[in-house]
Formats: sequence, structure tokens, C-alpha cells
Amino acid sequence: MGDNFVPTAADMTRFLPELILTVIGTLIMVLEPLTREENKSRLGVIALAGLVAAMWGSAVAAADPGTAFNQMLIVDGFGTFFRFLCIGVGILTVLASFAYLNREHANSGEYYALILYSIAGQCVMVTANELIMLFIGLEISSIASYVLAGYLRDDKRNNESALKYFLLGSFATAFLLYGIAWIYGGTGTTNLTEIHRVLTNRDIAPLAGIVGTSAALMFVGFAFKVAAAPFQIWAPDVYQGAPAPVAAFLSAGPKAAAFAIFLRVYLTAFDTIADRWQPIVVVSALATMIVGNFAALQQSNIKRLLAYSSIAHAGYVMCAIAAHSQIGTQAVMFYMVSYAFMNVGAFAAVTHFARQGERYVNTEDLAGLGVRQPATAALLTVFLLSLIGVPLTGGFFGKFYVFKAALDANLVWLTILGLLNSAVAAYYYLRIIVVMYFKEPGDSTANLQPPAMGIQAVLWGSAAATLVLGIFPSWVLDYAGRSANLVK
Amino acid sequence: MDAILFLIFAAIAVGCAINLVVQTHPISSALSLIGVMLALAVLYLLLGAEFLAAAQIIVYAGAIMVLFVFVIMLLNAGAEQRVNRAQFAKFLGVPALIGFLGVVSFLIQTLMPNTKDVVFGAFRNGTAEAVGRKLFTEYLLPFEVTSLLILIAILGAVVLARKEI
Repeated sequence: MGDNFVPTAADMTRFLPELILTVIGTLIMVLEPLTREENKSRLGVIALAGLVAAMWGSAVAAADPGTAFNQMLIVDGFGTFFRFLCIGVGILTVLASFAYLNREHANSGEYYALILYSIAGQCVMVTANELIMLFIGLEISSIASYVLAGYLRDDKRNNESALKYFLLGSFATAFLLYGIAWIYGGTGTTNLTEIHRVLTNRDIAPLAGIVGTSAALMFVGFAFKVAAAPFQIWAPDVYQGAPAPVAAFLSAGPKAAAFAIFLRVYLTAFDTIADRWQPIVVVSALATMIVGNFAALQQSNIKRLLAYSSIAHAGYVMCAIAAHSQIGTQAVMFYMVSYAFMNVGAFAAVTHFARQGERYVNTEDLAGLGVRQPATAALLTVFLLSLIGVPLTGGFFGKFYVFKAALDANLVWLTILGLLNSAVAAYYYLRIIVVMYFKEPGDSTANLQPPAMGIQAVLWGSAAATLVLGIFPSWVLDYAGRSANLVK
Repeated sequence: MDAILFLIFAAIAVGCAINLVVQTHPISSALSLIGVMLALAVLYLLLGAEFLAAAQIIVYAGAIMVLFVFVIMLLNAGAEQRVNRAQFAKFLGVPALIGFLGVVSFLIQTLMPNTKDVVFGAFRNGTAEAVGRKLFTEYLLPFEVTSLLILIAILGAVVLARKEI
């Protein structure tokens, strides 16, 4: 850690995706006032190009793995995996947003810039090797998300969503920061590998009370960001109120990044006290699954239903974290990919049939979709079946590996209760399918236009990815397996 | 001498913090917060963190508090009106707070291993030069990335405050 004021070329290469995203985001903001109202969609095309370039940047960075900027960042397989995932979610979100923003007459460059910045923050998070870096990345991602949730300023539901998200989110971040302060006070460092080194060395390790308090405080922050019980209360209101494409983004991108930092911090820094945090994660996983699934049973608003379903899915992922093993990490990585595709796909379908002002967001409004728009209904069915976990879909193998990891770790009861939970979940997903195919077509689907091109692309792309993951899971799983051992 | 100064300013900080919560008028709360910030700045100075003490006064007690007071005045916020206070908070709030503080002080008091490191004025790296050197070498990336955070905050304010969508 010499006095090198100028970053090396390797530093810059490993930071390439974030650089690209930031530069393109700023470029969009510069072009925004120069673009005429009817051409604002072109800014979205630039955003798409930026995201594709950032994917390329991640690949370039991954070719030369290692730490950057005095060990602030670590580019490894794990970080790269989540970088690709977050950027991919960004591409799907931007594609689904074109039609939505045109429909609401709210097309502007700030929207795309905020999405790019948010993803830059997530990329920083998932490659952070230092608690300070992790915290700044989380804040960048979160603050951009708060604004996106309230993007349609004149819509009361948007206001409610943004305000709740902001207030509760800031509160949870304060817990995370307090946890960071505790571990710094105990070990004298915020570097994750250094913390691990201090904690494994009996002579200089601080007493367990300090480490435990720090881990518990940070757990509050992480559990909030992934919407795990008992810190899940914000999710239904936020997802229901936010614009539909933004809800898709929130439920996939920031959540994946939050799981990544959860794993990285708990499996590197707090690895030595695993037997202490494991029971807490088990209880939280169980509570999250039960709260999510049973609350979802009673929902009639489909966005709210998907929000509770996303809470339940966070519970399944927590089961794999509780396993505390390489296979568990691998299962989390695979689950987050398949979950991202099926959930963004489902939200894209909601974006499509909600129409202007999001008037049609009840499950009953889907009546007759199977007759009026067979293709859209079939694609939505694929996503719902995958969310249930039916074989030949990505959701099946996601659940399979998660519960396999939990079983391998001797968490038998958690696995059994988790499986029972997914049976409960089948009811509310199937109910949507029943409404689509077996209800008499009503007024709500009478004048439904065919889906716009961007939404078509998201629907077909996500459905294809969901099926590919369900038929050839090893394509992603092998990569995840190779990267998972770098964490532990 | 150090210990006496510490006790005086720690007492001021705690007193102001309690006053901040107890007061019902936002302006009184904001003024108490300034008291907390100033007392904290003195505590930092006692420990040898001179740059942090100066930043605490200039940034927090100065700039941020001015914003607070401006917002309170612009919103023309009056005294807080209490409606339907939760029974849970009424009966469990104070005991829970005392319990939490008790646990934290117990942990710090009995478990903190290196008490000899915590000596008034023992910290030597609190000068502007030392902080600046750290910021531009070891912590260069967090320092630079924070600018992105601020940019987003500005962008967010513009998005939420503009006239038309």
C-alpha cells in the first residue's frame, strides 16, 4: 500500500464495467436536454448499448482477476457472475421500460441514467472487498432505486412507494453502518480478508461479543435489502406502488446484489463464527418463507402478490445461505439467475396488460387472456410454472439445488418445511393460470393491444432463458460451482 | 484534565440528544442537534482527530444544520401533535432502550480488549495531511466513487422536484 497516487492500468481494467456505466449514464444526462420530446426513446437505446458494453467490460475485467485499488475491489468469478446478472437485469428492465414510459408520457433521460447508475452501484457492491466500498456501492444502488420507485411524481402510489422505501431503507442502512463500526472497532480493519485473518488468529481476535454484535447488526441491514423476515414489511407496498418495470428491476437486480454481499461478508469475514449466525439465518429463512407464502394467498393485486412471492423466494435462498457450504453458495448463484429471469418476465407481462395508469392490476383482470392473447398468456404461464418450481423450468432446478444444499448441511426440518411451503405457493400461482384460461373473457381484456416490441423481447427472452436453465442447468451451474469456491 | 473535559462534553452531548427526542417543536430539536454535533467535535479533538473535529463543525453543525432549519422554516412545521400513540411503544420503548444501552455498555466495558489504545491524544494520524494522504492513496476509490453517490442525489432531487413529468 505505497503512496501511489496514480492507479495502475490493471486497477482501471478491473473497474471497467463501473466506468462504462457511469460514463454512459452521464452521457445520457448531457444528451437529455438536447433531445426532442418525441425522440427520448433514443436515450434508452444508448442505455442499452451502454449495458451491453458493460457486459463486455465485465468479461474483460474477468480475464485478469485480482484485487484493485489497494484491495478495495476484488474481481473474482463470484463477483463477475453477479456483475453479469445485475447488468442482464438492467437490459431486461430497459427493454420493458420503453413502452411503459411512452404510455405514461414520462420518457426522459433521467430514468435511464438512474438505472445505469444503480447498476454501477450494484457492480461495486458485488466486487467489494472492503466494507467501506460495499457500503458506498449499496448506497449508490439504493438511492437510485428510491428515486426510480417514485419516478411518476404525480402518481400517489409512486409517492407512497418511494417514501416508504426511502425511510425504511435509510433506517436499515444505519444498522449496517453501525455493524461496520463495531467490527472496525474490534479488529481495526474494514478489509474483508483482513477481518477474516484477525478473527482466525486467537491472539489478536476481539472477543466474540463484539464480532457477534457486529454480525447481528449487519444482518439487519442485509435482511432488509433482500426483504427477509422480520424486515420484509416494506416490500409489498414498494413493489405495488412503484412503476411495474421498476418493480421488476427492484425485485431482481438490487436483491441479487444484496445476496452477493450477504454471502461475501458472512462467508469471508464472519466465517469463523458460522455456528453462531447459522441458527439466526435458519429461523429467518423459515419465517420469510411462511410470511411470504401465506400472505400471498390472500392477495388480489397481482403486483402485491408477486411482491409477497419475491419475499417467499428470498426465504428459499436463505435456506441455501444457512447451509454454509460451497454447494450452498453455488445454489444461491443459480437460484438468483433463474429467479431474475422468471420474475422480470412475470413483471414484464404485468407491465403489458396493466395499461395506462396501471388500471388493470388485479388477478381477475386477466380473465380471458388465454383466448384473447394466447402467446402472452402462454409466456406468463411459463414464468408462473417456473415460480412454482415445475420440472423443465429454471425454477425447478433452483429449488432443487437450494434444498439439496440444505439437506447436505443436515438442515432436514428446514428442507421439509421449505418443500411444504412451495406446495402452498403452487396454489396462488395456479390461481392466476386458472383465471387466464378458464374464466369468461371480460371487459378488461377486450381492447388489449398486442405487446410492444420491447416487452415482446423481454417475454420471449426470459421465457427462453427460463426453459434453457430448466433443461441445461449445468451451463450456469458449472460456472457457479467454479466461482463459488473463491468465496470460501 | 482530559477526563474532566471528556465527562463535561459527553454529558452535554447526551443531554442535548435526550432533549432532541423529548422536544415537540422541530426548531428546538434542530438546535439540540447542533449542541450534540458541537460536543462531539470537542470529543474528537480530545482524541486527537483534529481534521474530523473541524469537519464536524463546518459540515454538520454548519452546512447541514442550516439546511435542516431552512427546511423546517419552509415547511412551516409547528409543534408535533400526538395522536394514537402505540401502546407497544409506550410500555416497551423505555425498558427496551435501557436494556439495549445496558447490553452495549456492558459489552464495551468488559469485552473491549485493547483499552490501552484508547488514550486521549494518543491518535497521531488525525491531521489534515494524514487524512488527505490516506484519502488519495489507500482510500482513493471510495473517495472517487462517493462523487457518483452525490451526483445521484442531485439527479434524484431534480427528478422529484421538476414541474412536468
